[in-house]
Amino acid sequence: MTTALRIAYLPLTDSAVLAVAREKGFAEEEGIALDLVRTTSWATLRDRLVFGQVQAAHMLAPLAIAVTLGLSQQPAPLSAPYKLNVNGNMLVMAKEFAQALDPDVAARLDDPLGTAHDFAAAIGLWKRKPVIGIVHRFSSHAVMLRYWLASAGVDPDRDVLLRVVPPSLTVEAMRAGEIDGFIAGEPWGSAAVDADLAEAVAIGERIWQRGVEKVLAFRTPWLEENPQTVDGLIRALVRAAAWCDEPANHEALAHLLSQPHFVDQPADLILRALSGRITARADMPPLEMPDFMLFSREATPFPWRSQALWLYSQMVRWKMVEHRPENVARAGSVFRPDIFRRALAESNVPIPGASMKVEGAVAAPLAVGSKRGELTLGPDRFFDGRVFDPERIEDFLASF
Amino acid sequence: MRIVIIDDSGLRATVLEEGLREAGYDDIHIVPPRGGFVARLERMAPDVVLMDLGSPSRDTLEEMLSVSRALARPIAMFVDQSDESMIGAAIDAGVSAYVVDGLRKERVKPVLELAVRRFNAFARLQTELDEARTALSDRKIIDRAKSILMSQRGLNEPDAYALLRSSAMNQGKKIVDVAQALITASDLLGGGL
Repeated sequence: MTTALRIAYLPLTDSAVLAVAREKGFAEEEGIALDLVRTTSWATLRDRLVFGQVQAAHMLAPLAIAVTLGLSQQPAPLSAPYKLNVNGNMLVMAKEFAQALDPDVAARLDDPLGTAHDFAAAIGLWKRKPVIGIVHRFSSHAVMLRYWLASAGVDPDRDVLLRVVPPSLTVEAMRAGEIDGFIAGEPWGSAAVDADLAEAVAIGERIWQRGVEKVLAFRTPWLEENPQTVDGLIRALVRAAAWCDEPANHEALAHLLSQPHFVDQPADLILRALSGRITARADMPPLEMPDFMLFSREATPFPWRSQALWLYSQMVRWKMVEHRPENVARAGSVFRPDIFRRALAESNVPIPGASMKVEGAVAAPLAVGSKRGELTLGPDRFFDGRVFDPERIEDFLASF
Repeated sequence: MRIVIIDDSGLRATVLEEGLREAGYDDIHIVPPRGGFVARLERMAPDVVLMDLGSPSRDTLEEMLSVSRALARPIAMFVDQSDESMIGAAIDAGVSAYVVDGLRKERVKPVLELAVRRFNAFARLQTELDEARTALSDRKIIDRAKSILMSQRGLNEPDAYALLRSSAMNQGKKIVDVAQALITASDLLGGGL
């Protein structure tokens, strides 16, 4: 028996796992007929999910938390049992702006702390308050940009103008001079670099080495009522993700995503994030960044509750939500490691034994306890060396 | 009640505006979602904002609605969150609506219903237009193939058409595809008209 399932997505490189689950037959093997609904804004993706036009969505992790907390239009409890990727963002700024930063681009990207301070100085030299495009208030990109700017004493609500620009319009907005730079998921940063409008200033993976990006979000009641379909989909996605991480498949994947009904951008542009060979400035050879975007290895899809709580802590920090015990509980409950474990109980996929960890504490690859097999976690440090203990959110917030 | 329509497609906005005017609404403005449209919108202080659900600029609009000081009252999506059939119809039609909180729902509901009908009418119009365009270009292709057959095989027009049709039926293809293949072959052989 085949179950039809509609999932909304935005045309971005990190929708790869969904595209592969459908096109390479992984969903079909689980008896799921995937219908992927291309959507052009996060608002419409959210509405389609909340009002039941789709059963699941490729969603910004902070947006899933915001909808659950009632911060983004119609409140609805959402559940994310699967992370579609970690990392994959790039902050690019107009070339004239970047002149005030370290001219050695590789060194600039390797030293986010120094670059943040150079950036703070560059703000004063710029002709106006710099306008930086973000894709959504509740996006991982905006959260990381704020975290990075604040490390150098920049108040992101006062010293720069954050303007919401949908990913597909970022390059056009740069060309029209409406924004001085932007942070977005791939391939849009690469597209702006290729058009010689901008150059890379910071890389998501260098700000938080394993930064949460998109999740697969369901309405919680639907998730609870359809365990078999949810579990089958998670198993299909785990296999699709392994396929996506395999270097031998990167070219085929880039080609698949380049098609008009997926990302609709040149394959060579899409390939950069997949292969971790990033062109940071149009006239430079690519830089090797093997962790630029991850789908599978190191249990990437596992939804650590501590990661949801870190995002929540940043929403509190920037006064988007009031810190209250019930909000902590609701935000933490959006990530569903219990469902992930249930779906893979019969498989040989190594799954972490814990549901929370101290974020930012792993400096080098670390073997950890897992239900079976070997599981190695990659380094997950924040560039400023802070660690986040999810049991002590108040202390963490007080440290800023 | 001031209604602002944010739309890229001049035609759809006009179709919607006409409908609203016929229904007696006269304070209607159309704003394309480009450049500094958010600042323009803010100055207009609308009561209702209607927008294409497929427009990527919805995120920009929502951000403005959530931070704007000029529009102090919060603005909510859709008229009545409990009216599921209305919401479904709006999403199907591709309408998103933002309404100043506090505006009575019986005042806004007719606007939204009208917008849904007009969006649907526009979508039908677009489909018909596309179909008409395809039909026209199909006819041109078939006409050209017919003239090739008439000059190369010395057939009259009805026979040329009958030959195309029977070939199409035999091959299980559309006449226009057979005609196109014939034109391509004829061009390759240098015998094109």
